[in-house]
Amino acid sequence: MDFSLSPEVVEFRDEIRRIVREFVTPEIADRMHTTGVFDAPELNLELGRRGILERACPGLGKGDPIEMYVMFNELEKAGAPYDGLAVALMIAAVVNKLGTDEQKERIIPSIISGEALVCMGYSEADFGSDVASIKTRAVKDGDEWVINGSKMWTTLAQVAEWLILLTRTDLDLPKHKGLTMFILPMNTPGITVEPVHTLGTEITNATWYDDVRVGDEAVLGGENNGWRTMTTVLAFERGVMGGTNAGVPLLRHFHEWAVANGVFNEPTTRERMARSVIDMQVATLLTMRSAWIASSGGMPGLEGSMTKVFAVEAYQRASRWTQATAGPAGLLQFHEEGAAGEGFVEYDARHSPVMSIYGGTTEINRNNIAERHLGLPKSR
Amino acid sequence: MSVDLGLSPDQESIAELFDGFFNNEAPPAVARAAEPLGFDRDLWNKVIELGAPGMGSAPENGGGGASLGDLVVVAETVGRSIAPVPLVDHLAALSLLTDGDLVAGEAIAAVAVRPADANGVWSLVPAGAVADVVIGIDGHETVVVRSTPPMSGPRNHGSMPLADRSAREGTRTVLGPASLFDTVLDRWKLLTAAALVGIADAAKELGVNYVKEREQFGVPVGSFQAVQHGLADLPVAIDGGRLLTHKAAWALDNVTDGLIDWANNDITDGPALATMSLLFAADAAVMATDRSLHYHGGYGFAEEYDIQMYYRRARGWSLILDDPTTVSLSLADRLFGSVEG
Ligand SMILES: Cc1cc2nc3c(=O)[nH]c(=O)nc-3n(C[C@H](O)[C@H](O)[C@H](O)COP(=O)(O)OP(=O)(O)OC[C@H]3O[C@@H](n4cnc5c(N)ncnc54)[C@H](O)[C@@H]3O)c2cc1C
Repeated sequence: MDFSLSPEVVEFRDEIRRIVREFVTPEIADRMHTTGVFDAPELNLELGRRGILERACPGLGKGDPIEMYVMFNELEKAGAPYDGLAVALMIAAVVNKLGTDEQKERIIPSIISGEALVCMGYSEADFGSDVASIKTRAVKDGDEWVINGSKMWTTLAQVAEWLILLTRTDLDLPKHKGLTMFILPMNTPGITVEPVHTLGTEITNATWYDDVRVGDEAVLGGENNGWRTMTTVLAFERGVMGGTNAGVPLLRHFHEWAVANGVFNEPTTRERMARSVIDMQVATLLTMRSAWIASSGGMPGLEGSMTKVFAVEAYQRASRWTQATAGPAGLLQFHEEGAAGEGFVEYDARHSPVMSIYGGTTEINRNNIAERHLGLPKSR
Repeated sequence: MSVDLGLSPDQESIAELFDGFFNNEAPPAVARAAEPLGFDRDLWNKVIELGAPGMGSAPENGGGGASLGDLVVVAETVGRSIAPVPLVDHLAALSLLTDGDLVAGEAIAAVAVRPADANGVWSLVPAGAVADVVIGIDGHETVVVRSTPPMSGPRNHGSMPLADRSAREGTRTVLGPASLFDTVLDRWKLLTAAALVGIADAAKELGVNYVKEREQFGVPVGSFQAVQHGLADLPVAIDGGRLLTHKAAWALDNVTDGLIDWANNDITDGPALATMSLLFAADAAVMATDRSLHYHGGYGFAEEYDIQMYYRRARGWSLILDDPTTVSLSLADRLFGSVEG
């Protein structure tokens, strides 16, 4: 039992805190809500320039997932727009683990320098939770693959340099077996991007693929091996790459407002606040556990599901009570006079619902826990 | 000095030893037979043979010198077995007591978790019905009183050996100011939290095993998704509670002047973490026993089935300190500063 970070990691964390203080300005936070892109290129470049991205990326540099956890946890607690970075670094880690040497050389440097983003095309209009049933096709034509189909929720496609794309390459194999993952430049001819506006101001996309041609150099993790690539991505995604402490900045914003408005002395408010602080602490400990398992050589897939189920609901609880406690002031949006928590209370009430949907819904995660952890029979 | 969330090899052995001991010596039938008092002298004598009562005491006082990290592991096994012995209370009380008969376990110590009233009465002391020595606050002082245990007390929800005890009658020693008692209470909260994690864990096991066996509509009821999802929350709460109690133990063992930077989710203050553990583990135990009982159907309500014993103790052990709102408000004072200040 040791919950202390090593002096090296503390130094690493402090450097990130310094960068965050300098680069995560109110203007940057504001920009994510006006552009709908949850990314800060200047922050990414600075983290890249200082070697922090390389160091935090699993398998690269120091490659210690505790450091990856520390980096994303710091960015999340500060309210930085880090979604772009999270996806990019996760894919860099997957390329490093499953990619060819040529792919590693071609793709990874552009990501860990903080220059290139990646978007993920798995979900389709008709297949989300049942993502192994997707229909987008890749067909071999001589030395090339020809891709046709469409994806839904391709977040960051409007700004990303790279795309990872889940396709069906064999119609005769069982659904999990006939899939292949590609990684290709977004400027490959034949790709169209259309915005999809959301409740949480983030703008995601629908994407279309018309006779998109790529060579074997774009296959990531082997032909018909797409599901394995997918589970590798998900193990990195769930639980370690942020998304588990979103309530922390909310509590900070709410607290400032509640103190200024004399609400913070109410016993009900204090009790709820104390409860949420406990929740946030547990969420971070569960996240740290996933990172610790990964840093001891394990794959924290199941622990990631557990972390996500808890952390997301803790955030949603915090969002519900803070908005209710703020009353009418909790309805006012950014830049409106009197808005509780400068508008974050209202914003989090719009943002929090998505957390139990993307990256695998809460139901899918509970299925996972029931079957793989509790050993219950396949559900009916 | 670096993150290591696992148990040490020593702690692994402690967990194995105590789980094995309680499995053999204290299956649920033993807890059942000890009701309503909730104490089994024979079992306590076996606990003495294990050397458990003095485990956490300093070697120079004849104790085992175990850390709180070790004791939370023990406390969780007590909870898992709902063994009718006041080991949690005794280990907590011994953070300030060094008498040889207490370290040996020949005499039992209890913690008066709430201060004495104006008449010098500690009401509803957990383990108060069976303890030879009680430590607690009387007025502005931390006092220890040695007197004859009543060996009976009010019948209660958790079948706990509760009793009112006098803070003034008997052999009374003043240890120091009331603030001295903080370390005892922190330790009591922490070990009780760990025991509640154990209760939650055992309740989860009972529920999961039951739904795998019980069939309706020609299939195990554990194949119904509504049932699965209700149970899937339990390991999450249990692991979360366990991590939090372990962190609290680590902080109380290793950290002086810990941080309370809640705005950055950076908390290493042992006393705050101990209270947080208690509140969280109590909720986990209540939820786990609620759901597990429910998924037993009517049998969960039958006295014959064990889950009802866990159900009652989850509430007993978590409410005996005070109502959770009061406990949360004291935590809020520590986290955010008191309302006046
Ligand atoms: C803002 C946003 C960004 C996203 N970004 C990306 C991205 O970048 N890349 C990408 O590929 N995808 C992305 N997604 C898609 C996301 O992963 C899916 O929305 C998610 O997996 C759920 O799929 P679905 O929306 O089709 O819902 P459905 O699968 O249709 O689910 C509908 C409901 O049914 C429940 N349900 C489904 N199956 C089961 C089951 N077996 N048991 C119990 N309940 C079940 C679900 O939990 C849900 O409540 C994003 C989504 C959103 C909203």
